[in-house]
Amino acid sequence: MSDQTFTITVNGTELEARPGEMLIEVTDRAGIYIPRFCYHPKLSIAANCRMCLVDSPKAPKPLPACATPVAPGMEVFTRSERAIAAQKATMEFLLINHPLDCPICDQGGECELQDLAMGYGRDVSRFTERKRIVRDKDIGPLISTDMTRCIHCTRCVRFGSEIAGIQELGTIGRGDRMEISTYIEQSVSHELSGNIIDLCPVGALNSKPYRFSARAWEMVARRSIAPHDCLGSHQSIHVLNGRVKRVVPEACEAINETWLSDRDRFGYEGIYAPDRLERPMLRTPEGWREIDWDEALQRAADGLRQVVEMAGPEALGAWVSPSATVEEGYLLQAMLRGLGSSNIDHRLRRQDFRQQASDPLAPLLGMPVAAIEACDAILVVGSRVRSEVPLIAHRLRKAALRGAAVSFINRGAHELLFPQADYLVASNALVGELRAVVSAAGKAAGGELPAGMRIGDVVPLKVHERIAASLASAERPMLLLGLEAGREARFAEIQALAAVLAQLTGAVVGLLSEGANSAGLAQAGVLPHRDPGGQLREQPGQDIGAMLEAPPAGLVLWNVEPEADTAHPVAAKAALARAGFVLAFSPWFGESLRDSATLVLPIGTWAETAGTFVNAAGDWQSFTGVARSVGESRPGWKVLRVLGNRLELEGFDYPDAPAVLARLQSSLAGTLAQSPASPDWSLLQGPVSGTSDPLDPGLYATDPLVRRAPALQQAARAFAGNPAARQPQTA
Amino acid sequence: MTEATSGQVQDDAQLPKLSDHLRAEIDHWVAKFPAGRQRSAVIGALHAAQHENGGYLTAPLMVAIARYLELAPIQVFEVAAFYSMFETRPVGRHCVSVCTNIACMLRGADEIVAHLERRLGIRLGDSTPDGRIFLKREEECLAACTGAPMMMVDHKYHEHLTLERVDEIIDGLERD
Repeated sequence: MSDQTFTITVNGTELEARPGEMLIEVTDRAGIYIPRFCYHPKLSIAANCRMCLVDSPKAPKPLPACATPVAPGMEVFTRSERAIAAQKATMEFLLINHPLDCPICDQGGECELQDLAMGYGRDVSRFTERKRIVRDKDIGPLISTDMTRCIHCTRCVRFGSEIAGIQELGTIGRGDRMEISTYIEQSVSHELSGNIIDLCPVGALNSKPYRFSARAWEMVARRSIAPHDCLGSHQSIHVLNGRVKRVVPEACEAINETWLSDRDRFGYEGIYAPDRLERPMLRTPEGWREIDWDEALQRAADGLRQVVEMAGPEALGAWVSPSATVEEGYLLQAMLRGLGSSNIDHRLRRQDFRQQASDPLAPLLGMPVAAIEACDAILVVGSRVRSEVPLIAHRLRKAALRGAAVSFINRGAHELLFPQADYLVASNALVGELRAVVSAAGKAAGGELPAGMRIGDVVPLKVHERIAASLASAERPMLLLGLEAGREARFAEIQALAAVLAQLTGAVVGLLSEGANSAGLAQAGVLPHRDPGGQLREQPGQDIGAMLEAPPAGLVLWNVEPEADTAHPVAAKAALARAGFVLAFSPWFGESLRDSATLVLPIGTWAETAGTFVNAAGDWQSFTGVARSVGESRPGWKVLRVLGNRLELEGFDYPDAPAVLARLQSSLAGTLAQSPASPDWSLLQGPVSGTSDPLDPGLYATDPLVRRAPALQQAARAFAGNPAARQPQTA
Repeated sequence: MTEATSGQVQDDAQLPKLSDHLRAEIDHWVAKFPAGRQRSAVIGALHAAQHENGGYLTAPLMVAIARYLELAPIQVFEVAAFYSMFETRPVGRHCVSVCTNIACMLRGADEIVAHLERRLGIRLGDSTPDGRIFLKREEECLAACTGAPMMMVDHKYHEHLTLERVDEIIDGLERD
């Protein structure tokens, strides 16, 4: 598209337009509203609803604004008699077969058709024939259907083929018998499928878990940040009487555009799981006993002190959920370090800590999220990206569709729904294939590899040379290390090789990270070897790997279910069994804690607490508590503040969450630069620990919250039995 | 009309194998369009598949075609459901469609339809219980108005029909 502009006249006002633009884009930019159903700025143009008809005096008939390219000197009226008549006529046709049952429709009150019918509809229908009825389809546990209400805008169909990359819904039949359907009744299974709920302008596609449980106008919409992956999608939480009713995306072009992954959309259900903990629980010889907060905090403080007195501060350890807030993480490490221990870690699924000292200060992408799609060559190493961070997969897809060479080195073959330049399945370890790519890049660059790097026995194949060349010749190359890479037993080598490859090809090394806040917790000091702000400690504490091998006598669990959230479930269980005192902070009282904890303190989920997540792009995103705390549970940072005071530790008198954040940020040394780890090759000659096949939790089992969301769990089961839907493979 | 013709397609291994002839036929259609535009070959592929399958399409067959063309199954279903030339449920071996559009109607098409329904004991849209004859739902103009009234039997036009001529044609269809 050229940069030249020209003017068109809309309703007598001159507007600037670019060649190739559609009329509706120009009017939208100018804030002139034209009614529409099928047009959506993120989707292709269908022009099938005809609601956006406008009047151009030179044209013989009204024109659809969404499909009419602008031309110099064009004159358009959006509210002239002819335009309004055309729009009203369209509305009359749309309402012919649409039920007039808004009071019992879930979309009532937030329905584009209802809104526009107020403006353009007739009071009385001239249609006296029978309306058609369309059988509802069962398309899975996430989306409810009322297909009689469908007006065939085909936004959902276009979303499937254009955004998701797999068309699951289609238009079956024709004319007045046309229906939106999957044809063979089966679940819609894409990890972004919930977005068609927002796209549907009528009440045909709605949220199944939310169905009939509230009205749009009764709820309060409050902004928050999504808690399940390192993207930090912007979202609105809709709350009724202090209870979360549903979650919808908020537009943020830089991060999630207008989308939200199903995990972020439906995960909220876990807040109100049956095993939600409402009061502190204490293990006694007679079994679990409910106690009040005062006693609970005293016992927690006494228990921690006792461990320190009996076995020394090194006998204390803490495992922290990678989705804990920055404030929680900061206070928790302050408490532990105040007691004299640095055995604290949030990298629960990581196995390889040999080079942790040269890790970047925080795992970041090294670029804004949106910049991924502008990269022209991307090598992804070790990532089931569609289930790890669904909307990063979407960015990769956009890059690939724009012509970027996106290649993968993965342990298994995963359906990606976009073209790949090369896809290497590494049979045992990722490191071998990556080494071959580095070797190829080194040869192409004149054979200069860092001294001491042992790479002589690698003979790169054509495919390795191709990947290396695509990175080296690209203007904006990227090397993305996924969660599976991070869980590898030889992650240190992967990181070191990545750093070399970056030097050789100019690629930016990006890291995906576990949970919603690995980047924040790393900077808040929830690491054994770094203080808040990222300074390396002279005396590092024990990392999670060491704590699993030699379990501490006293263990603090922060929103962790050890058997599901760590790299070694068996070792985790054994470690807990051997710990004398296990203090668990958790919103839930699940099997895992019932078996292992000594004392459980109920804390709030992300929806019930103020906090901050730092996403993979390094954005610090604070949010407030939007829902009423369940039972007597309390926001985690408040519990820690009181506990810190009981332990008579310094610096635990914060009035609010922002004060905690301010304290941490004052210790952050300047801006955080994404400095690639400088490889220390000698470290790599040591033995390799850990299993050869890292644990993959699966799309809907990543954290305790999502594991308790019934609809997502149902969906996970439905997808498992539906190979035709070709879900990203999970172990 | 959009009832699933059979249950879920559980497994690619259970899909019918496309015959060599059918594959060749589909390749022939794919070759007519630019690379990556194999969606354009769906109509041709479905015609060939329907012909080989005794006059109708099944869901597994359509999924197999979708896999072969590297399309989403729904993209094949959409086409099959749109065009009246494709049958998506089991029908009789011989397809009889009587034109009932204006010219044929004026020349007695309704009578022919009534006669056929009475003789075969089925309604338009049904097949005879022995699976021999399928009386296709009312066909719109088949562009043979000069020979009205007319009907199409197994892709062959029969014009200037009389009831006797209709009986003759029906009797002439194989009876195995």
